[in-house]
Amino acid sequence: MTTGEPLIVLDSVNKWFGPLHVLDDVSLSVGKGEVVVVIGPSGSGKSTLCRTINRLEPISSGTITFDGQPLPAEGKALARLRSEVGMVFQSFNLFAHKTILENVTLGPVKVRKEKAASARERGLALLDRVGIANQADKFPAQLSGGQQQRVAIARALAMQPKAMLFDEPTSALDPEMVGEVLDVMTSLAREGMTMVVVTHEMGFARHAANRVIFMADGKLVEDASPTEFFGNPRSERAKDFLSKILTH
Amino acid sequence: MHVFADQANFDAYVSGFLWILKLTGAAAVLALLLGVLLAAFRVSPVPVLRGFGTAWVNIFRNTPLTLIIFFCYFGLFSTLGLSLADDLDLNNYWLGVVGLSVYTASFVCEAVRSGINTVPNGQAEAARAIGLTFFQTLRIVVLPQAGRAVVAPLGSVLIALCKNATIVGTIGLMESSSVMKDLINSNGDAVIAIFAVFAGTFAALLIPTGYFFGWLANRLAVKR
Repeated sequence: MTTGEPLIVLDSVNKWFGPLHVLDDVSLSVGKGEVVVVIGPSGSGKSTLCRTINRLEPISSGTITFDGQPLPAEGKALARLRSEVGMVFQSFNLFAHKTILENVTLGPVKVRKEKAASARERGLALLDRVGIANQADKFPAQLSGGQQQRVAIARALAMQPKAMLFDEPTSALDPEMVGEVLDVMTSLAREGMTMVVVTHEMGFARHAANRVIFMADGKLVEDASPTEFFGNPRSERAKDFLSKILTH
Repeated sequence: MHVFADQANFDAYVSGFLWILKLTGAAAVLALLLGVLLAAFRVSPVPVLRGFGTAWVNIFRNTPLTLIIFFCYFGLFSTLGLSLADDLDLNNYWLGVVGLSVYTASFVCEAVRSGINTVPNGQAEAARAIGLTFFQTLRIVVLPQAGRAVVAPLGSVLIALCKNATIVGTIGLMESSSVMKDLINSNGDAVIAIFAVFAGTFAALLIPTGYFFGWLANRLAVKR
């Protein structure tokens, strides 16, 4: 199902937290423009997997390459790589002491050394796109969770990333705010953004994903198209998981 | 109040407190810079820097200030010949500033470090995720938020510093407590009054300082 040449490639990645084997020999290739949704029970290592791609979690063994280059271990090279990979967190993590607009322009100005005026213009355009342009001068705590998460997406997009990582972006939201965030993500997916999305939103996985990855106990158990995965899961673990979440 | 009606006594009183203010001002600036740097060391990923910061805090925070000030005079100046000014008073002043700064920096460091701990981990993660380097993350995202959280504790450190400045009197600088001792020695009939004036002056300086820092802390607090 790969829609382009590989952008993110994980090869035999292992990760231990002390004695806990959170990623067990995981290999995965994400093509340019592909939307991969990672699902699985909690503690299965899916968030960790997402966080290894921009090295917020260092790995114990194996290799990860991004756009043909192995992930740098540290320093300026790692910072540059991270600037090319947008990340959206479960808890939004907007900079609490900066306004909404400053949150969006900080990266372009400080990392890309962009002129303040052009960063501001693009920042406002991005806020407009996610529907929050009229809140630009407020502080994060004054916004609802759904609005904050949309700002977080705009902040990541402001860096013009080659790929976006979403680590359970809707898990901390009130139910009525989930839709507005998923709408933004769906439109991003349609525009051809390469996305790795860890989520419990099966609806999003069904209609927006090119591929669904199912993880359990640190292992990548299934890797299939959404229709295949939801219609005809191969592993017992996936059948069990789906029966638990889809019967309610 | 006949003691302070004497112009010479009054001048000594004023110059004593001027020394205290100058000691506090210079040491506060140096201790703040040094303390923030030490806090950055203590949270850095570099083990050598972390060790240096920890050693500094453990040594200077746990040594009585009197010993540190004595060391500055007898160790740095008398034995090692480190002279910071030609004028005797100025030399004692700067030796005092050095002692107060290295001592107070350890408290500033710990206050700032506890402030850094109030900043949720996600703030630094988000900063790293958009490509900021370690020092940019610290300078642009973590320290500004940590700074707002430590305004009130730093106010306490500043108040302690101001009172601690009297210890520089032990190496011969005629700051307020030395002036007070002289005045008491020569005016045995007005001990309580002299004491009340000096204590009252400290209170008049420091109580508003405390309220100011409390007000500032509220004003700058980061809403989460």
